[in-house]
Amino acid sequence: MDKTIATVADAVAEIPDGATIMIGGFGGSGAPIELIHALIDKRPRDLTVINNNAGNGHVGIAAMIEQDMVRKMVCSFPRSADPRAFTERYLEGRIELELVPQGTLAERIRAGGAGIPAFYTPTSFGTDLAKGKPVEEFEGRSYVQERWLKADFAIIKAQLGDPMGNLTYRMAGRNFNPLMAMAATRTIAQVSQIVAPGEIDPEQVVTPGIFVNGVVQVANPQQEESLNRQEAVYP
Amino acid sequence: MSDAINAIKLSNAQIAWRAAQDIEDGAYVNLGIGFPEMVAKFQPEGREAIFHTENGVLGFGEAPKEGEEDWDLINAGKKAITLKPGSAFFHHADSFSMVRGGHLDVAILGAYQVAQNGDLANWSTGKGGVPAVGGAMDLVHGAKRVAVVTDHITKKGDPKLLDACTMPLTGVGCVTRVYTSLAVVDIEDGQFVLREKLPALSFDDLQAVTGAPLNVQGTVGDLIVPAL
Repeated sequence: MDKTIATVADAVAEIPDGATIMIGGFGGSGAPIELIHALIDKRPRDLTVINNNAGNGHVGIAAMIEQDMVRKMVCSFPRSADPRAFTERYLEGRIELELVPQGTLAERIRAGGAGIPAFYTPTSFGTDLAKGKPVEEFEGRSYVQERWLKADFAIIKAQLGDPMGNLTYRMAGRNFNPLMAMAATRTIAQVSQIVAPGEIDPEQVVTPGIFVNGVVQVANPQQEESLNRQEAVYP
Repeated sequence: MSDAINAIKLSNAQIAWRAAQDIEDGAYVNLGIGFPEMVAKFQPEGREAIFHTENGVLGFGEAPKEGEEDWDLINAGKKAITLKPGSAFFHHADSFSMVRGGHLDVAILGAYQVAQNGDLANWSTGKGGVPAVGGAMDLVHGAKRVAVVTDHITKKGDPKLLDACTMPLTGVGCVTRVYTSLAVVDIEDGQFVLREKLPALSFDDLQAVTGAPLNVQGTVGDLIVPAL
């Protein structure tokens, strides 16, 4: 078995117009910048993007939005140090927003990957974000029904990967990445290093390869925060 | 009246100091983004709290020196952090399992408004713009204590402690204690119960800037905080 892909361009080549894409990361931490930029080079349009945020500055997801590739964002916190790309389009009615509490977003993605169509959570009960959702009482408390979230593609960032698709992550860069890997029809991971099968201790594998379809090596990946401090713009 | 209050009210650092005094040794604590983060600076001597950040770290420490940031190691406010011995990383579903699953001892959040029944409004002023919620609606459920740190009144002088919130809610009946710039107030059985107030402030003057009745059970302590 060999899931390695030679280039980031090859890795995103199949992503078509209209796709729903989960993109890993929390802010810049764990964000697969090189895969996102390869996607911008290919420029599919009418995308639904699922991420905690809605871009910062002029790189990564913000740059996708600036290229008008994104029809809808599903996120918990579409604000950042420089949220102009999303904000301008949102206020002009050019991009849709589905706002989801952060923990509910994580659990909806987990449920999507775990084959659980709906679940109940206390989060958002009695608030505007629970409107229209079924509510049920368990042990005297009220809970809101939320549904699974799935995607056509997940593009994620990991630290080590092997040809079987096994992955480890780096520090808080783990965040949504292992959940998204489970919830997409096709999951592509960029990793800092591809190692031979067996070199990742099975005890240390965070995402087992069954959840991963493609692995592409990006040594020394860029960090969104560093790019923004250099006032980088992509493309 | 509001000039007199501005002259005696606690600073944000002093409110954070007061809130820190109630955190037990060994407590697992989540601090909201911004003002509540200051609580970490005022851990009482000899007590150690373990701080949780919802993006997936337990046991983080202070900010690194400038130039030593690692941007894979950040907190929920997207600021660089450091690790303490015994820290752990985990993904978002585990992180929010810690939150909703009742594993956190304390969550300390900011507020636009708090109602006497414990309702909290802290995510949206309801005035339009881009809505953003983050983890606020999750954090108000599950922690054994959900405390708020806030000014007692708004910049315009309006009360923030109310009979009912007028802004969009973050959670229903979730707040257990409020540390304000003037007082410490518990929420019990749908009522505000005054626990401490600034000694320079009379009960009537405090009640006048509070939007719902302040109940007294037993003695009201003096809210005394170092200058900082």
